[in-house]
Amino acid sequence: METRLFVLQRASALLLAPLVIVHLGMILYAVRGGLTAGEILSRTQGSIGWGAFYGLFVLAASLHAPIGVRNVLREWTAWRGRSLDTAMLILALALAATGLRAVWAVIA
Amino acid sequence: MSDMRAENGHLRVSIWRGKSEGCFVDYQVPARANQTVLDVVTWVQRHREPSLAYRFACRVGVCGSCAMTVNGRPRWTCRTHVGKVARDGRLRIEPLRNLPRIKDLACDMAPFFDKWQRAGGRFKGTATRKAPMPRLDPSSPQRRAADAAIECINCAVCYSACDTVAWNPDYLGPAALNRAWSLVNDVRHGEQDAIVAAAAGAGGCHACHSHGSCVEYCPVELEPTASIAGLKRRTLRGLLTGGDT
Repeated sequence: METRLFVLQRASALLLAPLVIVHLGMILYAVRGGLTAGEILSRTQGSIGWGAFYGLFVLAASLHAPIGVRNVLREWTAWRGRSLDTAMLILALALAATGLRAVWAVIA
Repeated sequence: MSDMRAENGHLRVSIWRGKSEGCFVDYQVPARANQTVLDVVTWVQRHREPSLAYRFACRVGVCGSCAMTVNGRPRWTCRTHVGKVARDGRLRIEPLRNLPRIKDLACDMAPFFDKWQRAGGRFKGTATRKAPMPRLDPSSPQRRAADAAIECINCAVCYSACDTVAWNPDYLGPAALNRAWSLVNDVRHGEQDAIVAAAAGAGGCHACHSHGSCVEYCPVELEPTASIAGLKRRTLRGLLTGGDT
């Protein structure tokens, strides 16, 4: 399982690197242009492209973060084993659910 | 040389006395032109502190038994010249980090060697006593990879230098994984799959942060980080080809 998690974390990092750069660029663009929330929503609602972009972002982050947190907890605390793995699975599902809900809110 | 003779030709040496509970005791040791840290410890034991516990055997950098922490860095003391490590004529000598302390400068090496075994570090040949001597091509990539990792003297300097070992008690450590990489590349070894499985498990090669402290401090200039990277590639290959990793 460790090798799978290692691969998943690296692969999700590969995805996240360009996604984060585009995301940050988008924030700067939106703020500098003085776009209102309504104007932003008018651009994202119904957009399959933005839905796919942020959907992928959320899924990659949902994989990447819990694996990293698991590693940190295993090194810095005595918590390990099945209970930790279960907690991290719940964290992954929670990140995915709340993230996808947010994506849905700006797309639908 | 000038900095080690700070006080009338004497070094000021602080040596850890005790087990995990204890304190540093200061000694004045005559400075010599050619003097290793092990010479200093031996002088203290013979002239000032007969009960001082420390470990050594060969005194020439082969046996790997005399490693200690000197001025905060893990070193093989028999090949560490005082002139290179003394600061203002001072030496602070304590046991290796990341290992249980027995007494004074002697550590319990059992966890270090237990992990060596857990990593599959014991050679298990496939040939019988009557089989002909295997012919190995020393220039083959596989043999060169094995040879690059094979000169480990098991001094535990890398194990002591590694922060991941300090953080993660399950981590096998650089020496054990370096040994594993050497055996994975040894065509005479019969249990490569077991090594790859151990390396892929909890505390295996994927726990390494690639800090490189093992490479920095290895007294025989091996590169355990490169060996661990090799194991990572090998476990990934196992995953992609359907191995149990």
